[in-house]
Amino acid sequence: MTTPDSQTFNKDQSTQEQYFTPNLSGRYKWDTVFASFTWLAVGLSVVILAVLLISVVWDGFPRLASDFWGFLTNFPSRKPEQAGLLSALVGTVWVMITVAIFAFPIGVGAGVYLEEFATDNWFTKLIEVNINNLAGVPSIIYGLLGLQLFVRFLEPMTGGRSILSGALTLALLILPIIIVGTREALRAVPDSIRQAGFALGATRWQVIWDQVFPIAIPGILTGTILALSRAIGETAPLITIGALTFISFLPENLQSQFTVLPIQIYNWVSRPQAGFHTNAAAGIIILMVVLLAMNGLAIFLRNKFQKRG
Amino acid sequence: MTQVSSSTELVTEAVLRAQGVKVYYGTNLAVRDVTLDIPFNKVVAFIGPSGCGKSTILRCFNRMNDLVASARVEGKITFHGRDLYASNIDPVETRRRIGMVFQKPNPFPKSIFENIAFGARINGYKGDMNELVEDSLRRAALWDEVKDQLQESGLALSGGQQQRLCIARAIAIAPEVILMDEPCSALDPISTLKVEELIQELKQQYTIVIVTHNMQQASRVSDLTAFYNAEATEGGNKVGYLVEYDRTEVIFQNPTQQATQEYVSGRFG
Ligand SMILES: Nc1ncnc2c1ncn2[C@@H]1O[C@H](COP(=O)(O)OP(=O)(O)OP(=O)(O)O)[C@@H](O)[C@H]1O
Ligand SMILES: [Mg+2]
Repeated sequence: MTTPDSQTFNKDQSTQEQYFTPNLSGRYKWDTVFASFTWLAVGLSVVILAVLLISVVWDGFPRLASDFWGFLTNFPSRKPEQAGLLSALVGTVWVMITVAIFAFPIGVGAGVYLEEFATDNWFTKLIEVNINNLAGVPSIIYGLLGLQLFVRFLEPMTGGRSILSGALTLALLILPIIIVGTREALRAVPDSIRQAGFALGATRWQVIWDQVFPIAIPGILTGTILALSRAIGETAPLITIGALTFISFLPENLQSQFTVLPIQIYNWVSRPQAGFHTNAAAGIIILMVVLLAMNGLAIFLRNKFQKRG
Repeated sequence: MTQVSSSTELVTEAVLRAQGVKVYYGTNLAVRDVTLDIPFNKVVAFIGPSGCGKSTILRCFNRMNDLVASARVEGKITFHGRDLYASNIDPVETRRRIGMVFQKPNPFPKSIFENIAFGARINGYKGDMNELVEDSLRRAALWDEVKDQLQESGLALSGGQQQRLCIARAIAIAPEVILMDEPCSALDPISTLKVEELIQELKQQYTIVIVTHNMQQASRVSDLTAFYNAEATEGGNKVGYLVEYDRTEVIFQNPTQQATQEYVSGRFG
């Protein structure tokens, strides 16, 4: 190794100089163009979102202001000013808890297996591609599957058009999302941590449980909650499996018939009377508050676990 | 063309012995025909240009290569005379007895205490955990610096302290051999010196294999040095092989191979 002496180095540089045309002003112009374009994209989406929110609140707020408590605790009714979304709210809570109970362990389990245990061969690749594709299948397809499988075929167990059937259908729908989210969270854990664990004589499970999970759990939880917030707004698959739109009783068990918030809203929107449209807007506000709360929880959990780590 | 000088004369008792070891990644041969003995309570340095398979051979000794799906080890490696790759040898148990320190400090994102307690706990340590943590940190020459912050994150330490924490973590589970893969390459000169002193200290109790790109380091800390080199094959791949293995003075002052001579004097390549 010889160090080049500085004179030849300088000379080289000056002869190279002619090959460079910095053209700074031209490059900065492109900077401005792109910055403006991205700013416009952000601005446009924020404006659209704001218009949407304002119009919904504008339409629905009077109903909430006049009788907030009644709106939450009344059953549906033929008279718009007496109609509430109690059965839909309770149904949504039941369905979401059941969805979480099924989808969380299975989705996280599958994600852990694929990411940490499975060897890389054509079979796991095939499964991987399929799961990614399943995440993009239209939800109505899941509804048709749920109708055939849970409502008809497994009726003795699920009780037909029940909370259980609906929850299982939605669980299937969000399973791919949870699996993909779990895998991403696990992949973000640096491999050096796993190596450190293995080098200390830990088994694979000990490495995963003691070292990988604590780091990955905020990501896994965030992914799961975002998947659940997708499920909470789904209407089509539940209508397909035959959730009712008018229910004036509360579910007693998982085999009860049910309705959920988006179905109730859909039902109100399709009524001719203006009063029901106001109810629909008020229902949308409630649904959005629930959604925001779930997303807030996701962020809270992520921050909480990250601080501890 | 491989001339490995007979190492039997140097050896008191071989803890690890590699005989004709070849490692493949997929169908690519990465290192071939490595035969060497790692004697008891000695420091052995692995040196050689990048990509010649030093880390690969090192990982064979504690079966970390098992974790690389494409890796395949041929030949024989024995640990106290027993075939390390025999079906009745458990890699998890092997890794407790043959510890490893990595190039980049990789403490767990947990407290200093937990970093050390983890290995002990999973291996069913029955003794007093506080004592073990203190003892390991003392032997890693880190105790005085961290004794008041055992509950703080291991990541809050400086790079050099982190590396000593990793060494403390490795010795906490009482291994016989410690494999170190360029343990100082991410450290500043002062931390490097500390780790080197530590290695001298640890030599009393442990057998150490250290990979290093730092010639001074190899000559300072090691008793024996193995020089690896790589050659291109017809297929265009590079295959590593062991060129020369001898006492460190011999390798640095009077090597038998010209390539070794060139490499240790910095006139290589
Ligand atoms: N996980 C792997 N998969 C495939 N090939 C690998 C893998 N690890 C190492 N190799 C190949 O094996 C050869 C030896 O690599 P190795 O890391 O052992 O070299 P090294 O001597 O440690 O180099 P360095 O000094 O740069 O660390 C290289 O050609 C490398 O490309
Ligand atoms: Mg290496």
